[in-house]
Amino acid sequence: MPSIAKPIVTHPSLEKNSLGLNLRAYEGAMSTLCAGCGHDSVTAAIIKAAWKLSLDPHMIGKFSGIGCSSKTPTYFVSGAHGFNSAHGRMPAIATGAAAANRKLIAIGVSGDGDSLSIGIGQMAHAIRRNLNMLYIIENNGVYGLTKGQFSASADIGTKSKKGDVNRVSPIDPVMFALSLGATFVARSFSGEKEQLVPIIEAGIKHKGLALIDVISPCVTFNDHEGSTKSYLYTRKHEYHVTDTNVIFPMDELIASIKVNGHTSVTMHDGSVIKFTRTPEGYDPRDRAKVFSYLEEHQKEGKVPTGILFIDESSSDMHEILGTTDEPLTQIPYETLCPGSKALDSLMAEFR
Amino acid sequence: MTGINDFALKLANVNGTGSASANGLLMQSMFRMGIPVAGKNLFPSNIQGLPTWYEIRVSKQGYGARALDYDLMVAMNGSTYARDITEVRSGGYVLYDSTWPLPSELHRDDVTFLGVPLAKMLTESVPEPKTRILLKNIMYTGSLAALLNLDMEIIEELIKEAYGKKQALLDVNRKALHQGYDYAKQHLACPLPFHCEGMDANGNKILIDGNTATALGAIWAGATVAAWYPITPATSVMDSFKAFSDKYRVDPVTKKNNFAFLQAEDELAAIGMVIGASWAGARSFTSTAGPGISLMNELIGLAYYAEIPAVIFDIQRTGPSTGMPTRTQQSDILECAYASHGDTKHILLFPSNPNECFHFAAKSFDLAEQFQTPVFMLSDLDIGMNDWVVDRLEWDDNYRPNRGRVLTSAELDEIKTYYRYSPEDENFVAARTLPGVNAKGSYFTRGSGHNRLGGYTESPAEYQEVMDRLTNKHKAAAKYVPAPIIERKEGATIGIITLGGCDLACREAIDILESDGVLVNYMRIRSFPFASEVERFIDEQDFCYILEQNRDAQLKSLLTLETRALKGKLQSILIYGGFPLSAKSVVEGIQHKLARQVHPDMKAGVITGE
Repeated sequence: MPSIAKPIVTHPSLEKNSLGLNLRAYEGAMSTLCAGCGHDSVTAAIIKAAWKLSLDPHMIGKFSGIGCSSKTPTYFVSGAHGFNSAHGRMPAIATGAAAANRKLIAIGVSGDGDSLSIGIGQMAHAIRRNLNMLYIIENNGVYGLTKGQFSASADIGTKSKKGDVNRVSPIDPVMFALSLGATFVARSFSGEKEQLVPIIEAGIKHKGLALIDVISPCVTFNDHEGSTKSYLYTRKHEYHVTDTNVIFPMDELIASIKVNGHTSVTMHDGSVIKFTRTPEGYDPRDRAKVFSYLEEHQKEGKVPTGILFIDESSSDMHEILGTTDEPLTQIPYETLCPGSKALDSLMAEFR
Repeated sequence: MTGINDFALKLANVNGTGSASANGLLMQSMFRMGIPVAGKNLFPSNIQGLPTWYEIRVSKQGYGARALDYDLMVAMNGSTYARDITEVRSGGYVLYDSTWPLPSELHRDDVTFLGVPLAKMLTESVPEPKTRILLKNIMYTGSLAALLNLDMEIIEELIKEAYGKKQALLDVNRKALHQGYDYAKQHLACPLPFHCEGMDANGNKILIDGNTATALGAIWAGATVAAWYPITPATSVMDSFKAFSDKYRVDPVTKKNNFAFLQAEDELAAIGMVIGASWAGARSFTSTAGPGISLMNELIGLAYYAEIPAVIFDIQRTGPSTGMPTRTQQSDILECAYASHGDTKHILLFPSNPNECFHFAAKSFDLAEQFQTPVFMLSDLDIGMNDWVVDRLEWDDNYRPNRGRVLTSAELDEIKTYYRYSPEDENFVAARTLPGVNAKGSYFTRGSGHNRLGGYTESPAEYQEVMDRLTNKHKAAAKYVPAPIIERKEGATIGIITLGGCDLACREAIDILESDGVLVNYMRIRSFPFASEVERFIDEQDFCYILEQNRDAQLKSLLTLETRALKGKLQSILIYGGFPLSAKSVVEGIQHKLARQVHPDMKAGVITGE
């Protein structure tokens, strides 16, 4: 993908995070997406969240497949290694990298074509494995790079720019992920940065796979009347089921957690996700209730957003695999090789 | 053939009835008697109920290829009696269950029928029908021990090793063994004219299958991430890797694993995981067969172009499509050599036996990391799943992995700007960096067009510059891959060229031809790109027979494409019916070719190797 180097503009007044880095340190190359593309807002939200969390840039691994969304890892955290893989294959690449080095902070960016069509198998199995990664789907209902075909997330009755009507049933990544046992499921809107940034922060903090379905309108091919993934439609139908704050362990002394009848979920590192808005009777830890709530409200054409479901108690991939705490890449060869004596005594079993 | 420590027997059974353990028992007892022995399992793609055969060749000269002349048939499958009995050589023997009379139409005058009333004896002594079925195998093993003069102490020891912890099981097995043995001793002429006598040929040998040896190679080379999708005949590579990892790679204090074992959702994902893990700096591999390679093609191209190490053990089986999953072939050569779309070229290694599987498996990781590219080790079902008598596996403790050019954090601090694909070394390899080490080493890995610095490009000149370097890199690997094994004979002007598991049959065939006055030079190719010796050998010969187990002469094609060798100088002998190769087929093939040179009108012969 083409990219244009971005001049680094810093100013002493820019706020620094706990690593002493300002927001600029988390930026990447200049975006080459269309002006007004929702994806650029998601990129900005990732930059903000990574800065706020004081992530060490070189400890981040950026992963993507193919498509407009998959171009975006070039546009954030240039100090991180990035891997722009093949169409629909990002989850497997990320799984291997995470298996090899569990200390990498894996951020995967995908799209509705990449994840819900060609890569749906890999996405499903990444969810099942619950590998520790942030998995963002920039969902716009169309294939942008090939000029406007419907994707698998296009709703029935939605109209393409050319006027075709989609008649096949959509795949909803949120419902799909919930049904597969995902441990963190959220939805947001690229136009809702205030909501998206804390969701990304919580997703990165989450132990396991955090799936965020971000409705991210395609200004060129799917922002017209008759589309259910346009800015206008999403603004009209989107509403916050939940609002959340992420309270880090170091903030705990100053932040008093008021329950107010809402749920608070403690993350594995001691951070707390504090839900400040949930509907009456809604429990983001109750998969079945979340499922039926979403089914009911989405049927009415609404687009519920927020952290919809969270389960901090399930084992992640490394716990399931029983892998050692140290990254496998850092175990010295001398520890890994049983040596000549062990081989020699093993040979007795083949006599 | 036929004599003391020189004969072949074939056991015909129904699969899923426990015959495999009896087959192993026979092989192992002969092995422990110090006699060179080879076993070939000819089994169906099925769990229970279909015919299955096992062949054992005993050869004091150490010939380990399949023999096609059976001195003794152990006919235990009524549904294949007719065919099995016809396969015995004239003057040979058939051992059968004489509880029921053998149909008279199956009788042969030139064969001796040895009846043991197995079912009758078992019905009398074993009440439980399922146990009876299993014990039948042990009982005829006892009879064979008497007929073939096997060492009963060794057999008893082996049974003890298998069932030692289960006293009841041990007792019934021992009893059945002796019943079979005693019956044969009392009623049959024991031993047969051909039988076993203790030797001392196996002092430094082991009995091992290639897949187990491959897994050991991966462990000793320091591989930590294994990703795979179950497939015959590659599954036992991963079963072994898991078992040995549990044995050698669990931290004694924390009880946590110094390895990650990932059963993927398919081969697309398996290779993706390997590439991801290698990119992050682990030694990682997958094991698969042809159908898996087909699926992996997409990402193999990514690893080739983005220059990411990946080790792929391809345990070949017959294709195309599903083919015959439990039959052997060497038909993935071209698929692997040029795997994926666009211009690609890969490093291939061709082990010939389990010992080489062990060393080549380890070598695969060194080559993959040195050249930052996928490396294929092409084993096959015959090597991978059959037990072979080979030299003990030995490890040099001075070995250290060749991780190739990888920059450390300190090295990155020293350089001004890091570029992924520049500067290159004398082997056209540039230094890579690993994630999580130093922000200065960060770069964007991409399968899309890139220039020599790693930046995105659509410029023809920049694109070609990188592609040309990749060609040179592949060529450079020729100096580092295993060289061919070449054996020249004084006065010989023709050569046999082969690869992989055909080694044994070809060597035996060369001896047979020599005894008929035909002298042949020999070259076994062990890798691609071809080392310079390959071309030199072909140059030296008047002409060469290329012997391989596929229909389309894939090794010959690769030689024609990648060396100066003239097509007309290379003649193919192709035996690809799916069974392991025998010397007889090789000799027939060569004699036929030689005859056709004298009589060009002769029809081309078909050798199925059955």
